[in-house]
Amino acid sequence: MSTPKSTPRTGSVVFQNVRKQFGAFTAIHDLSLTIEPGTLVTLLGPSGCGKTTTLRMLAGLEHPSSGRILIGGKDVTMLPANERDVSMVFQSYALFPHMSALDNVAYGLESSGIRKKEARERAEEGLQLVGLGGLGQRLPAELSGGQQQRVAVARALVLEPQVLLLDEPLSNLDARLRRKVRTEIRELQQRLGFTAVYVTHDQDEALAVSDRIIVMKDGVIAQEGAPRELYETPASTFIADFMGEANVLPCEVTAAEAGQATIRIGGLEHRLASGNTRPGPAKLAVRPNAVTLTPAKGAALAGTISSAAYLGGHVEYEVETPAGLLFVVDQAVDNMLSPATEVAIGFRNRGLALIDA
Amino acid sequence: MEHRNRRLDLTLGLGLAAFLLVPWYRIEGGFFSLGWLADFPSDPAVAPGLAQIFAHGRIWLGVALFLLATATAARFVRDADRRGLVLAIAGATGVMFLAFQGLAIGFSGWTWTISETLFGPLSDGQPSMGAGAVLAGLTFVLLFAFGLAERGVLKGDAFIVAAISLLVCLVIVFVFYPVGSMFAASVQDFDGSFKPDGFIRNIQDGSIWSLSCVVGEGRCGVAWRTLWLALMTATGSTLLGLAFALVATRTRFPFKKGMRLLTILPIITPPFVIGLALTLLFGRAGVVTEFLADTFGIEPGRWLYGLTGIWIAQVLSFTPISFLVLIGVVEGVSPSMEEASQTLRADRWRTFWTVSLPLMKPGLANAFLIGFIESMADFGNPLVLGGSHGVLSTEIFFAVVGAQNDPSRAAVLAIILLCFTLTAFLAQRYWLAGKNYSTVTGKGDSGAHSALPRSVSIGVHAVVIPWMIFTVVVYGMIVFGGFVKTWGLDHSLTLEHYAKAFSISVVDGAIAWTGVAWNSFWTTMEISLIAAPLTALVGLLTAYLIVRQRFAGRDVFEFALMLSFAIPGTVIGISYIIAFNLPPLEMTGTALILIACFVFRNMPVGVRGGIAAMSQLDKSLDEASLTLRATSFRTLRKVILPLLRPAIVAALVYSFVRAITSISAVVFLVSAEYNMATAYIVGLVENGEFGVAIAYSSALILVMITVITGLQLLVGERKLRRENRVLSAAPARPAATLSQEKTA
Repeated sequence: MSTPKSTPRTGSVVFQNVRKQFGAFTAIHDLSLTIEPGTLVTLLGPSGCGKTTTLRMLAGLEHPSSGRILIGGKDVTMLPANERDVSMVFQSYALFPHMSALDNVAYGLESSGIRKKEARERAEEGLQLVGLGGLGQRLPAELSGGQQQRVAVARALVLEPQVLLLDEPLSNLDARLRRKVRTEIRELQQRLGFTAVYVTHDQDEALAVSDRIIVMKDGVIAQEGAPRELYETPASTFIADFMGEANVLPCEVTAAEAGQATIRIGGLEHRLASGNTRPGPAKLAVRPNAVTLTPAKGAALAGTISSAAYLGGHVEYEVETPAGLLFVVDQAVDNMLSPATEVAIGFRNRGLALIDA
Repeated sequence: MEHRNRRLDLTLGLGLAAFLLVPWYRIEGGFFSLGWLADFPSDPAVAPGLAQIFAHGRIWLGVALFLLATATAARFVRDADRRGLVLAIAGATGVMFLAFQGLAIGFSGWTWTISETLFGPLSDGQPSMGAGAVLAGLTFVLLFAFGLAERGVLKGDAFIVAAISLLVCLVIVFVFYPVGSMFAASVQDFDGSFKPDGFIRNIQDGSIWSLSCVVGEGRCGVAWRTLWLALMTATGSTLLGLAFALVATRTRFPFKKGMRLLTILPIITPPFVIGLALTLLFGRAGVVTEFLADTFGIEPGRWLYGLTGIWIAQVLSFTPISFLVLIGVVEGVSPSMEEASQTLRADRWRTFWTVSLPLMKPGLANAFLIGFIESMADFGNPLVLGGSHGVLSTEIFFAVVGAQNDPSRAAVLAIILLCFTLTAFLAQRYWLAGKNYSTVTGKGDSGAHSALPRSVSIGVHAVVIPWMIFTVVVYGMIVFGGFVKTWGLDHSLTLEHYAKAFSISVVDGAIAWTGVAWNSFWTTMEISLIAAPLTALVGLLTAYLIVRQRFAGRDVFEFALMLSFAIPGTVIGISYIIAFNLPPLEMTGTALILIACFVFRNMPVGVRGGIAAMSQLDKSLDEASLTLRATSFRTLRKVILPLLRPAIVAALVYSFVRAITSISAVVFLVSAEYNMATAYIVGLVENGEFGVAIAYSSALILVMITVITGLQLLVGERKLRRENRVLSAAPARPAATLSQEKTA
């Protein structure tokens, strides 16, 4: 693999009060965000949250109804897609089926007015960069899914855009390949140092590749931060549940001091690490593997196992409690509990987060 | 920015050229003959726009020059938003001004009295628009489009905005303006003043609306007869088409391939040929008539010449179309529904009657409406077989060319015909929209269609087999008739008719085309070959805009285009001669009017084919190209067109063939210089020269079969491969295109 000779051109991305309407439907309400140069930022959210619309507005495939978009400090709000210094990897790859891999990669260079010979040379370099040197003469149909995906990445990268946009680039790959390719994309991004905006609905993928994650819901940003920040200190029950599953239980904060809080759920008291919390009603997000189950009667927080499923590496339980139905994942496969067992419920130290009610 | 300035500079240059380098007004001898170059630019008849303003007293054109200057000044404005606004306003005003002045000022001054009272009388009028005026109009349209694009309309895509603006202008000029002129002409007097007498007299005419065949003695009005004929033809062709479709899909009939061949027959058959063949069979001197007279002593009658004969000819002509529509519908009924019905204890008869047939109902209604519209619009068969019992389309023709020469009557008849077809078209579009039960999904629907109940099976075979034989005999007559000396009198074989039509001799070492048909044959080929690529271009560009672009008024745009499909050819013909015979646009008697007529009449089919093909291309292909710095024009050229090659070829073939076979509009528009084959053949038929007419027709059919099969061989194989590639590269999409096809 070779490294491009020129220094990477990376640009920042700024959205200022962007709003996008399709007829009567508002897809994006007043969105403002900043993406630092050289970082990989993920737009994450359930389908219909506006993440793809945001990406398409950045590419110039949609124009905002109001607000401004800046790329590398330059206002591009009204600029058509072909005049913007970004390029995009599509969910379906969108490789031109009648052109060879090399022609596909050279297409953007030729469109930019680079002479055919030079465009071919740079396209060949681009294919080598993604490990496809020598396959340039093949048609897309003659390449495997993973190879097609890499051609799509090479095609976008050879233009050396200020920002690379990736729209669910892994969704057409099988699970095993997905893990491999996402590592490759992250490595490439860190090696070449370009800015990347990555759209996905898969939180594992987002956690694995991102410098920062922006979670969107119903056309607004629900929360943004580093992957760890989002997982460990979710700002809302939506984030807690979306970033890995979580049981959300109503609780009462009885005492709060520097970095520590005491809560009460039913008869159970528990101390946990927490930022600035105030005493009063709150919600506790509990990861399924943060719950302990001990067979016992009349415990402080008691529950009854309503179903148990053996899944090889772990057991999944559903537990009925006065606070609601709990979903629990337990590694103790050997001591599996049977339905209708009465259990005492406890919490581990990790995997809990307090959310303001 | 340089990019924007360059295209703007080119457009402004074009505008300047329009005022300086070419004659502003129409040249009598034709622009392309270049005879005007000798007198250019001093002679007032061929002077350019600038000279017309300052030397020849056409001061009003100064407004257009001023608007062009405004646009030129705007080029140097820095603020993109304001610059765009000025350009758009200058462009729009320019287009409207040119149209307005063209309509308002005719040969001898103001056309309307109201403008004369407002602005005072004009000393001199103006001829029709010529090269300069048309170029200036084009410049203003482009300025308007670029202005909008700079303001960010349609994502700032100048090519798209320009294409839409141009298409809208063309459709207005070549579809809405003529039809509008026709409406206006029906209530106007010769001098252009409002005088609805002719309209009122004609619209109340008993020969149009009389119901005396029902409530008394005599014949019904032509409107009712046409309606009755259309209903009968639609019923007949739908039932026959259904029978054919059932045989083709639900039985083990051995000649299915041959049946499929039937579907291309109506495309390549000039519309009057069936009627012609029928006269050879059942006319007074027909084979069957004579046979019956000789053996059974049945007196030869004239029963064929009238609604019965037209009905038989039309059912023969339109059954294949209905078959084509219904075969999709019959195949589209999901086999699993029939299987479900059978597992629910229903026998084959009950399944067919309560499940299959009801599911086909919307498709049947669709086929019925298509048959209805086709019958209404048919001109060739009624002309050959109608005799004195005409229908609306022929009455329109005779109102113009006959002894009556009553344009107002022709316009009124055309309006009535238009109302009938538009009603059917609207019914098809709105009433049938969304009522399609055909269940074609992307999922593989395994299972087999259940066989027909025995009684139905016998019934459809009993209909289909004789009708197929009849069709084969009719087409056999077309071939055979060209070789018979004098039909009905002397049945000896001869090549005389072919020799008369297509003889070639060598005079002084050069080939001389001595046959009578060559002149119109070459004209037909020339005009069809020019019209076909234009039709395909306009049709596919429109399809691209409709499928791929979202713009305000897109639905109206699509509807207006499809509407021209529902306008019968006779109506188009009559409206073209009314609209394009006088300033501001004068085109009658030229090849241009024929080409324009073909392009805008056949375009809807290109649009529909393009829409079907383009919906199968993943939209992200275009978007990928755009994000790879390509303009949308480059995207169209490099990505979409190569992938649409099969659709392009289909559109080319179709428009070529349609241009050769059409008669209804053409018959109004041909001139001595530009005579088309079909119009020439009709002339032969009217003179009773059946032999030559038949020989010429079969030669035309042969030419078209050669063209179609040649292209099919060339493209057929490629098509499969292309589609496979598209499917494997982009995730397969459910075939949502079938419903589009079915509205054909």
